[in-house]
Amino acid sequence: MSTTQMTPAPATEPALHDLLAGRQLPRWAPLAAAAAGIVISLLLNLISAVDGVAGTAVVAAILFVIFQTGWSLRVEGRRHAVDRLATTAVYATFVIAATPLIAVLATVFVKGIKVISMTFLTHSMRNVDTQGPGGGLQHAIVGTFQQVGLAALMGVPLGILAAIYLVEYTADAKSSRLARAIGFVVDVMTGVPSVIVGLFVYSAFILTLGLPRSGFAAAIALAILMLPVVVRSTEEMLRIVPRELREASLALGIPRWRTITKIVLPTALAGIITGVMLAIARIAGETAPLLLTTFLSQSFNYNAFKGPQAALPTFIWDQFTSGTQASQDRAWGGALVLITIVMLFYAGARLIARFTGVKKF
Amino acid sequence: MSTTVEPATAGTAEPISIHGQAVRRGDRIFRGVSLFAGITILVIIGAIGIFLIWRAIPSLQANTANFFTTSAWFPDQTPNPVFGIAALTFGTLFTAAIAMVLGVPVGIGIALFIAQYADRRLASTLGFVTDLLAAVPSIIFGMWGLSFLTPHMEGLGQWLNDYLGFIPIFRNDLNQYSKSILIAGVVLAIMVLPTISALSREVLTQVPRSTIEASLALGATRWEMVRQAMFPFARPGMISAAMLGLGRALGETIAVALILSASNVINWHITEPGGNTFAANIALKWNEAGPIGLSALIASGLVLFAITLVVNTIARGIIARHAEFRESS
Repeated sequence: MSTTQMTPAPATEPALHDLLAGRQLPRWAPLAAAAAGIVISLLLNLISAVDGVAGTAVVAAILFVIFQTGWSLRVEGRRHAVDRLATTAVYATFVIAATPLIAVLATVFVKGIKVISMTFLTHSMRNVDTQGPGGGLQHAIVGTFQQVGLAALMGVPLGILAAIYLVEYTADAKSSRLARAIGFVVDVMTGVPSVIVGLFVYSAFILTLGLPRSGFAAAIALAILMLPVVVRSTEEMLRIVPRELREASLALGIPRWRTITKIVLPTALAGIITGVMLAIARIAGETAPLLLTTFLSQSFNYNAFKGPQAALPTFIWDQFTSGTQASQDRAWGGALVLITIVMLFYAGARLIARFTGVKKF
Repeated sequence: MSTTVEPATAGTAEPISIHGQAVRRGDRIFRGVSLFAGITILVIIGAIGIFLIWRAIPSLQANTANFFTTSAWFPDQTPNPVFGIAALTFGTLFTAAIAMVLGVPVGIGIALFIAQYADRRLASTLGFVTDLLAAVPSIIFGMWGLSFLTPHMEGLGQWLNDYLGFIPIFRNDLNQYSKSILIAGVVLAIMVLPTISALSREVLTQVPRSTIEASLALGATRWEMVRQAMFPFARPGMISAAMLGLGRALGETIAVALILSASNVINWHITEPGGNTFAANIALKWNEAGPIGLSALIASGLVLFAITLVVNTIARGIIARHAEFRESS
């Protein structure tokens, strides 16, 4: 198979380097192709064959691909031309992915910063005309923190204990089969849409058990949503706690449960906290389950167990769909506050993971 | 695993079973509590199904139209409620399909870029950046899609109509290009990117170094190496990554609810305003629904739950069968 490639072509006599490595484009070839594409696209723009910034950019990109691939095809051959094409495509996907992220963050910041003020951060929407300017979102911040806090109180211990069961108590065949089932369900649960969880809480807790529409009902939904994230991340952290630590503790005659609470959990603590914070970042922005379980409120409600309670996502939803300029401005302000809170949790989680994480052994 | 080690308790008087099972009271309690937590998870997923079925039954009994083939949604109409999921199914599958067509190649491209093309320091930063995309709440994607993306997509819609209008789905008879299934699909594509790229990246970085080097040493170009050495190894992982992204696209609620101008009709012209999905329909109709209306929305939620359950089970099944992906993670 490869022998045919080893025999030099008799007709031409290429240089030794070209024979071994094949002829290659110079290193500046992609730059040259890009420059040519941009220049020609701009010229086309001048004679109005192409218009708009987007159109010009697209034409320039297409021309770049044609030039580089064609050039490579002539000099290097088909295989290298395809390789260059694929490389271009892979780089392009990254630009395509980075664009919306930057656009989203920039839009939220530019539109949101306009309405952020002390009044906005310290007032509710009580007695404020939704159509006009004014009012604020502190009632929503209070609601979000209470709901997320309650959700964490329920979801975190449950998730960590379930992870402990999955990792520490699955020696014999029967419990390992059960553990596999639980692990599978946890994975499937990650993919259950949040609106379904909202429907479940509504039909089970509000319709059936008679719980009022309240921040607590929302917290139950959020707890269910954060559960799989907590279980998976805790499980992963427990698994990388070195086995020698457990063996040493058990060999000293310390009961298993003391070993887990005094040796295993503290070792994995930083990683577990990271997972919890990521889970909180994930649920803090959930809108759909809140709409179904607590709905909206324009005033402060410090009691999460009674009556509708506002939250940042539902505040944004309400203001954005009210449709006037003033309310949409408030919605963007709310979005900026929400995204800041989420990003703080997210960045905090990453920092903890980076500086104190359990080392892999 | 770890539990193969039995507690060495020569000095204690308490009995130890030969299987190394906990017999001390503290151990028994702690084991019981953690077992209870694990079982709770099983109970929750079962309860979701049971309660949704239970609460969906009243509306399904009251419905005077075929639940599966009707597009209209008038569950609170007396005396004859009429509602069905035909248009919802169409809208849900179509937006998710657009999200997949756009999101899967880009997601895998990002994963490839991070795993193979970028240098290590850049790669970890880029991984962080794509994870950030996952942290942006979906309502913010919805607002952005409506107020930023929609005006920018108008030109594309017009272009598709002018040059590809002979293909029915790109034709636009209304000359309106906002609030369409296409825009919802594009936003969903952006939202599923982190899911797809994170898992694909994980499997692509696990391709054995020796396989990659062997391929390159035989003279393969980088792309040939990717196709011949990396993709075959990572294919099951990439397929399940796409399926997980599909699950997210099918169930996404608030972004779609903001972007689509909800109308329960089947419209093949994807650049025209209109269309609706299961999840968006639930969020939009919830507050104006009466008792039968709520039950009807729960019935549609049950269908969505079943669809996402199937998709996720297949995805996780693929991962579980190729257990080598889990080993080092």
